[in-house]
Amino acid sequence: MTPRAALAATRFGTGLSPVIPPPSDADDLLAALAGPDAVARALPHPGWDVRAAAALERDALRRQQRDGVAGAFEAFRAQTRRLNVTWQDDLVRMVLRGATTADGLRERLVWFWADHFTVASSRGASRMAMGGYHEDALRPRVAGRFADLLIAAVTHPAMLIYLDQVVSVGPNSRRGRNGRGLNENLAREVLELHTLGAGGPYAQADVRQLAELLTGLRVDRRGRLDFEPERAEPGAETVLGRSYGDRDPGIDEVRAVLSDLSIHPATASHICRKLAGHFLADVPPAGAVAAMEAAWRATDGDLMAVYAAMLDHPAAWAPERAKMRRPLEMIAAGLRALGRDDALLRADAQTKRRVVTRPMLQMGQDLPRPPGPQGWPDEAVAWATPQNFAARLDWALRAPGWTGEVPDPRAFAEAALGPLLADRTRFAAGAAESREEGVALVLTSPEFQRR
Amino acid sequence: MDRRSFLAALGCSAAAFPAATPMAFASLPGDRRLVVVVLRGAMDGLDVLQPYADPGLRALRPTLSVGPEGGAHDLDGRFALHDFGADLLPLWRAGELAFAHAVATPYRDGRSHFDGQDVLEAGTVGVPPSVGRAGWLNRLLGAMPGATGRDAIAVGRDDMLILRGPAPAGAWAPESRIALDGATADLLRHVHHDDPLLRPVVEDALRLSADGGPEQGGGADRLFAFAAGQLRGDARIAALSLGGWDTHRGQGSALRRPMGQLSAGLLRLRDDLGPLWARTMVLAVTEFGRTASENGNRGTDHGTGGAMMLAGGALRGGRIWTDWPGLAEADLLDRRDLRPTRDVRAYAAWALRDLFGVDRSVLEGTVFPGLEMGEDPRLTL
Repeated sequence: MTPRAALAATRFGTGLSPVIPPPSDADDLLAALAGPDAVARALPHPGWDVRAAAALERDALRRQQRDGVAGAFEAFRAQTRRLNVTWQDDLVRMVLRGATTADGLRERLVWFWADHFTVASSRGASRMAMGGYHEDALRPRVAGRFADLLIAAVTHPAMLIYLDQVVSVGPNSRRGRNGRGLNENLAREVLELHTLGAGGPYAQADVRQLAELLTGLRVDRRGRLDFEPERAEPGAETVLGRSYGDRDPGIDEVRAVLSDLSIHPATASHICRKLAGHFLADVPPAGAVAAMEAAWRATDGDLMAVYAAMLDHPAAWAPERAKMRRPLEMIAAGLRALGRDDALLRADAQTKRRVVTRPMLQMGQDLPRPPGPQGWPDEAVAWATPQNFAARLDWALRAPGWTGEVPDPRAFAEAALGPLLADRTRFAAGAAESREEGVALVLTSPEFQRR
Repeated sequence: MDRRSFLAALGCSAAAFPAATPMAFASLPGDRRLVVVVLRGAMDGLDVLQPYADPGLRALRPTLSVGPEGGAHDLDGRFALHDFGADLLPLWRAGELAFAHAVATPYRDGRSHFDGQDVLEAGTVGVPPSVGRAGWLNRLLGAMPGATGRDAIAVGRDDMLILRGPAPAGAWAPESRIALDGATADLLRHVHHDDPLLRPVVEDALRLSADGGPEQGGGADRLFAFAAGQLRGDARIAALSLGGWDTHRGQGSALRRPMGQLSAGLLRLRDDLGPLWARTMVLAVTEFGRTASENGNRGTDHGTGGAMMLAGGALRGGRIWTDWPGLAEADLLDRRDLRPTRDVRAYAAWALRDLFGVDRSVLEGTVFPGLEMGEDPRLTL
């Protein structure tokens, strides 16, 4: 295995595997991403409609319980448990797609965009339904135009619920006359987080105008996107100097403003910096970011061209691995290095909890509850904490045995790290008192924790 | 290199490397200690501290919270402590326990635990979520020149937004045991020796794991014991959380466990802190109160106003601070909840002023932006 292949698999993929050959270079990574989404077919994931329906069923049972319907409380509790179990399966599937894919860049991008367009488990249809949102809105678009990804994410019911768009009412709309008002949450985060970036070229007036333009977007009783003209603010709105919505209010005007935002130079700059900051280094090399921005501008935000520009830059292949794997990446890469297949998906709930759900919590990345709409921290220092390290070590000591046979640490070190293996880790793997400890020393080594 | 000579070599290098023998000096002024306990799930202040002299109580709660006749312990002729907190009576008599009643955070209208806890821990309201995502204890550290990452620690597995933010702070769960014997721990050090980011992390993890002491006691007791241990060392501030307060059904028994854990935890702090207890204040706060009337399941639902508990040898205790709003229907908020008459953050702010000498302008401008601290309740002796 060449050092470049090892870097391709770890920095841009989900790690090395004893059974799946690594991509040899940038061309391999991009070719796989341009091809069919094989792992989604191998490990299919129900969409938003299915997940939202289950969450809404729980709400219906709660109403029945409040109305005093016999047996409703028990049914409500059972449905709550079912939602948690279903989310656990979604999470395990997320990990196992990473552990078993031959197209690791796609998985990393799905995770990146799921974080960029963060949605927490929230009220109503979106309780524990994040997996359906990822699958429908984000996954099919990670290699397309940023405009399409942005529109799909921002107008998705999960986002409308999470960022309070569903309670926003145009103050001069028919519904607004009863004293209900505008909620700026989604509009603000679209500008601050999803497109232009904090400190970008927008003012509070733009937030307000965009919020007015977004009024009317709502979620219907079945958890689907809907537009209600009675709550849409009448008249035109001006966002970044451009007028929208002077025709009939509707979702087309929302798409129009998002399309314009998607090709704004500040958006290109903000997102290229964030992508490079995620894949390359906390403070990404300026040359790489500039090349990506140029690709963005030349193609109006064709993400394949942006990724290609990143991979084409020499900084993408620098030997120093500056980033820390986040907990989701760490667990997927660990199972992958152990050569585990998708059997965990068919394991009992307790095993899934021990191997994935609880460790994610202990490592500080409880995915249903992100710290805020800005998503999880990405800087290496945020994850390099004693408590987080102890949780990783605990997982590394126990998860290999819970999921199969614990390998010989010396062979495991070579398989997990290939040319990235450092002498200190090779020595420790051979000197450990037990297989478990040897494997754990490899899984917690800096070479494995970093990418 | 064989194993033996490797270990010998490691012994030399470890001794020569100062990060392995950390030295830190407490940098907050004075030597006071603060413990903040976040009571997750919404503690029913009307049951924990029962306003039994208010005739509205019995009407609203035919089976719950009925004062000394129901087994609660009278404190001042107006309020009675629930029997599940009876272990705290000695603290009350010693002036080391107090309450503030009819208090709340600024969180209104929503009734979500998570949102309510976010407001409680962020100490702000109406701040865009992506901006105000630091906790008030973290902003306190940021406002104290010279605060170090050793000054404050979040104890337990729960994410403690209250201490999260840009200022460095510790976090450890006492059940995070690094179950490695000495030789394997040395191998762990060896593997991380060349990584400047991870090497000190591994050292800290091994040290904190050793601080956890031998396996002892169950969850909550262990959190308080570990917090006390850290406060005997460098830490000046500890934050931890205690769940189990969401008593929608059968509150008469459901409160037993969380109240027992809180009582035992406060006594554990007193016992383990020894002489430091006299310099310590504990604030136990919750995201919101519960409905004034009991529901059809002998429980209570999410409400607004409630109670906070204060303890510690530094406290001017044995009293209940309240501007009591009354429980008559017209006195309730939305005819449903105990009406809050004071912001719970005001008590926290006065505690920070008294314990650490923080300026009122810093408290109202930085730590709790927009808070009006109001009159000084004189929390400390």
